[in-house]
Amino acid sequence: MRLIVPLQGVVQGRGGLIFGSLIPCALFYFLQLYLKRHRSPKPQSNPPSPTTSSPKLAEMTRTSSRSNLFSRSIGQVRISSRAISIAKPNESPYYIGLDKASEDPYDRLSNPDGVIQLGLSENRLCFDLIEKWMSENLGHSITGRDNGELNINGIATYQPFDGTMELKLAMAGFMSHIMGGAVTFEPSQMVLTAGATPAIETLCFCLADQGNAFLVPTPYYPGFDRDVKFRTGVELIPVHCRSTDNFALSITALDQAFNQTRKHGTKIRGILLSNPANPVGNLLSREMLYAILDFAREKNIHVISDEIFAGSMYGNEEFVSMAEVLDSEGFDKNRVHIVYGLSKDLSLPGFRVGVIYSFNENVLAAARKLTRFSSVSAPTQRLLVSMLSDARFIEEYIKTNKRRLQNMHALFVAGLKGLNIRCADSSAGLYCWADMSKLISSYSEKGELELWDKLLNVGKINVTPGSACHCIEPGWFRCCFTTLAEEDIPVVLERIRKAVENTTDLLNSS
Amino acid sequence: MAIEIEQPRVGLSKVAVSKTHGEDSPYFAGWKAYDENPYHETSNQSGVIQMGLAENQVSFDLLEKYLEEHSEASSWGKGAPGFRENALFQDYHGLKSFRQAMASFMEQIRGGRAKFDPDRIVLTAGATAANELLTFILADPGDALLIPTPYYPGFDRDLRWRTGVNIVPIHCDSSNNFQITPEAMEAAYQSAESMNLKVRGILITNPSNPLGATIQRSALEQILDFAVNKNIHLVSDEIYSGSTFSSSEFISIAEILETRGYKDAERVHIVYSLSKDLGLPGFRVGTIYSYNDQVVTTARRMSSFTLISSQTQHLLACMLSNKEFSENYIKTNRERLSKRYDMIIKGLKKAGIECLKGNAGLFCWMNLSPLLEKPTRESELALWKVILNEVKLNISPGSSCHCSEPGWFRVCFANMSEQTLEIALERIHKFMEQRKRN
Repeated sequence: MRLIVPLQGVVQGRGGLIFGSLIPCALFYFLQLYLKRHRSPKPQSNPPSPTTSSPKLAEMTRTSSRSNLFSRSIGQVRISSRAISIAKPNESPYYIGLDKASEDPYDRLSNPDGVIQLGLSENRLCFDLIEKWMSENLGHSITGRDNGELNINGIATYQPFDGTMELKLAMAGFMSHIMGGAVTFEPSQMVLTAGATPAIETLCFCLADQGNAFLVPTPYYPGFDRDVKFRTGVELIPVHCRSTDNFALSITALDQAFNQTRKHGTKIRGILLSNPANPVGNLLSREMLYAILDFAREKNIHVISDEIFAGSMYGNEEFVSMAEVLDSEGFDKNRVHIVYGLSKDLSLPGFRVGVIYSFNENVLAAARKLTRFSSVSAPTQRLLVSMLSDARFIEEYIKTNKRRLQNMHALFVAGLKGLNIRCADSSAGLYCWADMSKLISSYSEKGELELWDKLLNVGKINVTPGSACHCIEPGWFRCCFTTLAEEDIPVVLERIRKAVENTTDLLNSS
Repeated sequence: MAIEIEQPRVGLSKVAVSKTHGEDSPYFAGWKAYDENPYHETSNQSGVIQMGLAENQVSFDLLEKYLEEHSEASSWGKGAPGFRENALFQDYHGLKSFRQAMASFMEQIRGGRAKFDPDRIVLTAGATAANELLTFILADPGDALLIPTPYYPGFDRDLRWRTGVNIVPIHCDSSNNFQITPEAMEAAYQSAESMNLKVRGILITNPSNPLGATIQRSALEQILDFAVNKNIHLVSDEIYSGSTFSSSEFISIAEILETRGYKDAERVHIVYSLSKDLGLPGFRVGTIYSYNDQVVTTARRMSSFTLISSQTQHLLACMLSNKEFSENYIKTNRERLSKRYDMIIKGLKKAGIECLKGNAGLFCWMNLSPLLEKPTRESELALWKVILNEVKLNISPGSSCHCSEPGWFRVCFANMSEQTLEIALERIHKFMEQRKRN
């Protein structure tokens, strides 16, 4: 009404020149404002990434270099909504840390002031063994010299997408060996994939529809957010675990999360576990495995057990695979699926070898067809058949790896203890889960990230903050120690000390 | 007695139970027949000859010779230096040396008429994954891609299954040698609109599978114009670009873009792979080359699900950056494929069968419409069954490629020895003679 009267005034030539010009201008301004707000978001333009040989994160997605976001002429042609969310620059401290570490990598001799990488769960402790095997055996293992004749035909042509029977047999044997011989794996129930990453994604595609969800205990491997959610549209519902019981999973918590989610109208299709756990490194006991299977049966849902660290044990506890429990009891096997891979236990993440192991024929049938999108490369299959079939080598490798892991773990954890930083109890993995909550200024995610930042920029060490793993308690950090040599440990400890010395003073004085 | 398999009570996803994998179609049924009774030169001379698999086996000796003379490609050198870094390398950017080698190989195939920036190359485990990945990026579930018919039967699965995207065909026919016309593209676009499907892109295969022919420059210009007008993407699957019989006859969309000063390039994406040109489908090597920064970034991140083994990247980086090897390979491979093509065309002609004039690929597009009882899909499938079961040849019926004209068949000629091809041609000849007599 108040607008109309002045307009009438304009029209009728009264009082109006000012209103006559003001109001249209104002309307024009508001129109522009409205259009600006409702225009579809201009996609961020990232130039082709500068090529770095920075190690890729198995754990999470990366963004190309944040430092040069100049705008090129971006076409107005649209990309999908799925893609738009994936294209957004990832502001997670996790990436910033990895970028920093790779731009300025520590080297004992050539770059002693560089950033020490403790954020990547890579095992470098036993490469000497693998290299030795390579130099002794590689001649014929790729190109398959049969009777002195080079024959590429066997590996060049189309192979079964879900892996050759030879490799499945070799993997079955290896997995069984790794798990202490307590369970036998059937090659016919295996589907091989280009790494454990597509194994998880493929299972999600098979077990859940868009909009459904999986329950996942926290803290969890940050990569699950990508593996499960990126393209499948499946959600992850956290089931929080606490330090008071060493981050053990409780059925009560599972049940609560299940009911809550159901109330909100989302269908839960399964539970996603990692056992041994990442980032905590603890194991699921036999009793807990039974309890989880009972729970799954009661709710009629699936269980995915990611056992990729099964061969990276350093503790005295016994690892029990989901497969072992199924063997012994009368559980419905159709709901259980195991994921494995060679990235951790055999230190070959670049070769892309993962396994889906299932007891469900229909899941296997679907997964087999889906492996066309992520098969293991044939020369790699051949190389691994050779390596995994070398029983003497594998025996030596597993023994030596365990010994060196134990050693590094003990040294590292003792070192942290010397700084009053205790670690959660753990038996496996390439990392420890350290409680630095006493060192943060405020008991919050903000405080945790401030400490992370200080450790990275002042201390020049890259560790993974618990918030990146969805840990509900602030102050926990995952520190991978298998990329270090023994001599590096005192350097790491010294750097931590230096980074937090002001903080501790602060804490002492308050 | 049938074994009862108790149906699991725990549910599976829609993707898992869907039939979009298409493995019940004749395209795959023929393979089953072959698997059950495969031809063998000495031990099973009456078996089914596989002519439905587009695999290139004519140049293996060149690959073997290279590997024989360059052991560092498959072993990282004496004492394996560099092995450690390679084994740990899982960066989705891919090995720089490999991307450079791929870019340079792609340039060589195009006679240097187009330049490729290694930083725009995204690596995937095969072109199958590349096509699916692009579809995830360019279209939302329920959207549509336009694809000229006849097309590679695998697209129905690769582009639709997990993505939830639809394919709307652009109908082409023999009246103009199955060329893509603006009218046909417009008709397909309208058809999608009438079904309330948002068209997000057009996907062409150049050289074409199953036609075995390159797309002409004028058609490429029209296709790009169409994409610009409708503001949609253009995906050019150039997986057979190195399998053109003469280097000058293949024109890549990259060349068209170059002549236009890369205007409108951000909507164009090229798919390539080493499965056909290099005959290495088992290695699982595919690439997406995109002129769109956002697509490059997104595709790279998504490629985490389909990375190429670093061991394979290292091997191929060595092989493809060896100019002597790559130039010789491209030239020799072309000559041999051309020779095979001539052989099969001549043989078919002698049997009274005409083919579409082709100049590329590992197959020819054969016209058996004169043999059909009725110009229908059913007649075509009946004829296909006869050829499979009586002549014992597995060839691909045009209907599985969504060809709108019944009676056409794709026949592969590069996945067997010359002797086997002769046998196949003899069988066809005998079959045609018999039909004439009846």
